[in-house]
Amino acid sequence: MAAIDPLHQFAIEKVVALPPVTIPGVGLVDLSITNSVLAMMIAAAAICLFMVVAAKGEVVPGRLQTVGEGIYGMVEGLTSSMIGHEGKKYFPFVFTLFTFIMCMNMFGLLNFIGLPNMHMFTPTSQVAVTATLALITIGLVIIVGFAKNGLGFFKLFVPSGVPVAILPFLVIIEFISFLVRPLTLTLRLFGNMLGGHVVLAIFGAFVAALGTYALSTGGAAYAALIPSALSFFMVVALTALELIVGFLQAFVFAALACVYLNDVVNLGHGH
Amino acid sequence: MDVHAAKYIGAGLAMLGMIGAGIGLGILFGNYLQGALRNPSAAAGERPMLFLGMALTEALGIFALVIAFIILFVPV
Repeated sequence: MAAIDPLHQFAIEKVVALPPVTIPGVGLVDLSITNSVLAMMIAAAAICLFMVVAAKGEVVPGRLQTVGEGIYGMVEGLTSSMIGHEGKKYFPFVFTLFTFIMCMNMFGLLNFIGLPNMHMFTPTSQVAVTATLALITIGLVIIVGFAKNGLGFFKLFVPSGVPVAILPFLVIIEFISFLVRPLTLTLRLFGNMLGGHVVLAIFGAFVAALGTYALSTGGAAYAALIPSALSFFMVVALTALELIVGFLQAFVFAALACVYLNDVVNLGHGH
Repeated sequence: MDVHAAKYIGAGLAMLGMIGAGIGLGILFGNYLQGALRNPSAAAGERPMLFLGMALTEALGIFALVIAFIILFVPV
């Protein structure tokens, strides 16, 4: 059996090769459209198309409008419960984050029947994409914190009702845990997507390898069709799990963005 | 010791971090089910918190997986 290479699916290939552009201060930047960029464009276009179709505003909603209103209601419940009455201002950002990440996760599971090497790419399995999303979120939190509270933003690291003796250590610990937030946001989304797709590829390779071994060797090797069939059912179950995890990770990213925004928006009051 | 053998041993040891995540998830869901059986009408309101807690706990196990992948696949 050939070695199972589960990481080949994450290779970045250029779809449209554009000439590199020199940005002063950064150097040579390759702006060609890779499969990662193409998948992100497809996800963004799909969301825009869905919102155009689902936002008809009929009094008796059709099926698509019900789904759109359901997603709106869920994100609205998230912002209003976590941020409070000022949550409306941050709703577009959280909604965009949730729908974009969910679309990228879901579309990465598509494979095109009949075209063996054509598969959709999951952009969120690249650290570059998830790190950018996490940095945008934390950047927004810091900017909103300074805009709303000025220099009182640093009161975030000083919890109230703490004995003065351990205050220095607590401030250092709080500061470090704040700096770790973009890191955990990045690695959570990246790790879930990477791990799910790697396990899916490994079980898929089991199906093919065991099946070809059974059919080519013959005789007693036909017993290898049983683990091949079991691996096939595992692939089905894992695909269902990946769909759930894709939705859940998008929800958790949006929920954590709401929690971090709540920390800075309701800093002095509203505990 | 050959460095490639050490890589495989290191990746295997890194996955021991999933023990804690597994225990934490079991505690989380067990407590949710216990509360849901006592007060079924309030269970639906807490379900978003359940999923949030599950994703946060699972994330720590996934960090162990990421370290294992780094150990395995980054060229020495």
